Amino acid sequence: MAKYPPEQKRSAVMPLLYLAQLQDGYVTKAAMEDIAKMLDISSTDVAQVVGFYTLYHDKPAGKYRMQVCTDLPCALRGADKFMEQLCANLRIQVGETTADGLITLEAVTCLAGCDRAPMFQIQSRDGLEYHENMSVDKTMELVEALKKSTEGVK
Amino acid sequence: MAALLLRHRDIPGIGDLDVYQKNGGFEAWKKAATTMKPQEVTDLVKASGLRGRGGAGFPTGVKWSFIPNTIWPHYVVANADESEPGTFKDREIMENNPLQFLEGVAIACYAVGANAGYVYLRGEFWPLAAILDEKIAEMEQAGFLGDHLFGTEYSLHIYTHLGAGAYICGEETALLESIEGKRGMPRIRPPFPAVYGLYGKPTVVNNVETLTNLPLIVEKGADWYKSLGTAESAGVKIFSLSGHVKKPGNYELPFGTTYRKLIYEYGGGVTEDRPVKAIMSAGASSAMIVADDKALDTPMDYASVRTLGADLGSASVIVINDSVDVDWVISKTIHFFKHESCGKCTPCRDGTYWMQHLIERIEHGEDVEANTRLLRTVAKQIQNKCLCPLGEFSTMAVTTAIERFPADFQPSMAGGRHG
Repeated sequence: MAKYPPEQKRSAVMPLLYLAQLQDGYVTKAAMEDIAKMLDISSTDVAQVVGFYTLYHDKPAGKYRMQVCTDLPCALRGADKFMEQLCANLRIQVGETTADGLITLEAVTCLAGCDRAPMFQIQSRDGLEYHENMSVDKTMELVEALKKSTEGVK
Repeated sequence: MAALLLRHRDIPGIGDLDVYQKNGGFEAWKKAATTMKPQEVTDLVKASGLRGRGGAGFPTGVKWSFIPNTIWPHYVVANADESEPGTFKDREIMENNPLQFLEGVAIACYAVGANAGYVYLRGEFWPLAAILDEKIAEMEQAGFLGDHLFGTEYSLHIYTHLGAGAYICGEETALLESIEGKRGMPRIRPPFPAVYGLYGKPTVVNNVETLTNLPLIVEKGADWYKSLGTAESAGVKIFSLSGHVKKPGNYELPFGTTYRKLIYEYGGGVTEDRPVKAIMSAGASSAMIVADDKALDTPMDYASVRTLGADLGSASVIVINDSVDVDWVISKTIHFFKHESCGKCTPCRDGTYWMQHLIERIEHGEDVEANTRLLRTVAKQIQNKCLCPLGEFSTMAVTTAIERFPADFQPSMAGGRHG
């Protein structure tokens, strides 16, 4: 909040939404109302920001959101085929979550990693992480590692 | 020639404060803040011929001179939203040479009398924001940011602000709305940000690469900078090369380098050694260039690229070989712009939706001739009718693909080869 002029606290809505999402995995209605109160704006003002930006989610999903870029430069380097094979390996369609609730597979637009395609980012409660120059094998190894680390926590 | 912007390639560890300082870092900043008047910095940048590297190519010093001295405070915002498909240069600068970029932000702030600068990063650059926050803290500790800098009256603070996934926020007024905590929708102009910008105050918005040039210009002078590049395109440019090339990546080159040299010499040639079919000179928002000998031998500078019916833009060069058809290429770009349209202007919001339907029909081989004609008409109807360039951008590849690659829209070719 100290980043912004005191009379402009509405500017803090985006950082606060990130905090809420890190805590709950998605932005809950209660969090939106809390943020609205903190910033003296309506919960509709908060909800429209959540709705507008693709990195905010108002519904729960898998523990890790695997967001694969399928835009033109990545597609020229095989991103569409990569995505198809991922679907087959994970046994889900784009937009779906694996049965164990670990991975939600999403297609997203350009992530500024065009020269290192196929690539994706993983959005989770740990924040965001890029994975570039990926193959299906490397990705499935990563999924296994994520699965193991999750089981370890249990 | 040693790199000027991608200096980490020559000097490992240039992102560390001590290494950066050992290599002349912050000398320019100190020189500007202690020996030059803000107006002199602006005049110097004007004289250097530096033009905005985000895509529009507007002269940077001229942009600064629009800031009125009657309304205060002033702000500088670094546009690090980099979201154009095919562009990944600002990311490399910030990841590896962040201090030169931040020194540039500081110089810009001083020139326009801003005491606060914001770096607006796309949300996906989350880890990068953490790096920059760390570097800003180090600069504060070392006395390069903060109050009463170098014993003068001037104070400056720089802050990062993360977006959350919206291409439109690269448009400067949408970006300002986003910092203000609103949906990133473009504002009606005028008034321009120079007068009514962040929080309604005079604001300069400059691209990361543009700002990263500033320490060099202050250090070595306008004449030196002008001696690089061509007469009307001064300096060096980072070309982001992607698509069907063997060695995709960022290449920092003087303006005026030809496409052939970029693709074959630096990029290592075309994937599978096939011929280049099309070049997109400025990412997904670019017109499609027929890659004949004339195009390949065209120097990459603002004026020359225009002779090919395209723009240099942010210089994100997407190479497309003859293994795919351009109807598929535009299905990709249309999908992108439909997804990223903010919905404010009807021609863009509904137009991109209709273009997507029409290209799907063409891909499925449904009445290809009529649907291609209609697609071109819809694209033309979007042009010149929107508040920001996104609407226009969504149509550039579409109209030029249909006009310049008619063979790919023949009924027998529809639903052609994909990537």
